[in-house]
Amino acid sequence: MLSNSSMRTPLGRVRGLGSAKSGTGHFWLQRVTAVANVILTIGFLCVVLSLIGKPYGAAIATLAKPHVAILMLLFVVSGAVHMRLGMQVVIEDYVHHEGLKILAVMANTFFAIAVGAACAFALLKISFGG
Amino acid sequence: MAESRPAARPLSPHLQIYRWSWTMAMSIAHRATGSALYGGTLLIALWLIAAASGPAAYETAQWIAGSFLGRLVLFGYTFVLLHHMVGGLRHFVWDLGHGFDPQTRTNLAKYSVVVSGALTVLVWLIALTR
Repeated sequence: MLSNSSMRTPLGRVRGLGSAKSGTGHFWLQRVTAVANVILTIGFLCVVLSLIGKPYGAAIATLAKPHVAILMLLFVVSGAVHMRLGMQVVIEDYVHHEGLKILAVMANTFFAIAVGAACAFALLKISFGG
Repeated sequence: MAESRPAARPLSPHLQIYRWSWTMAMSIAHRATGSALYGGTLLIALWLIAAASGPAAYETAQWIAGSFLGRLVLFGYTFVLLHHMVGGLRHFVWDLGHGFDPQTRTNLAKYSVVVSGALTVLVWLIALTR
């Protein structure tokens, strides 16, 4: 049994953040983005297959089509969120030094946002020209 | 919880102690493929940035992707992506509370390799005949 030295009731302890300090938000967002990724990955593979053998102009024209661009944007955003959550669990499992762990989790967030932003910017530039 | 003392008894043995099982191997594979896809997003970002940068950069990216080494990496990428996707579908089954009996859970793990392998071959058959 858990130590009961605290004045807080068991219900009070699990309300809000709970013992894991994050509740089920992480778990649930991992599942939501996983469901999205199944659909979006199939779409992404179809887009990549349709680009094979196309010269530059035709490839850009395909990527600039609204339905293709929107699918690709959703794919990179959902993928970035999902991979950030997944890598955070890996870091928390294997990096035991508290300071290093915080740094690694932070670097993980930076990497996911940077890759997501780079992909999104490239896709928007392809769509809107410039 | 934080005030609980370390237990003075043997703790759980680690991986090398256990006989390998399909569920264990596929659990490890799911984490490994997830980590590989994490790095692999850099390739997608570079490819999209090349496409956004102009014809010369895009041609270079396509040349690298079409080279022997490029194709080898992309074939591996396809399998890793599909393996992680099929592994995710297996986890959805378990998340919904199904497939926990010994035979079903082993089959789910075993056939996720077969299915992701078959899907990889299918994608590459489409790619190579285009």
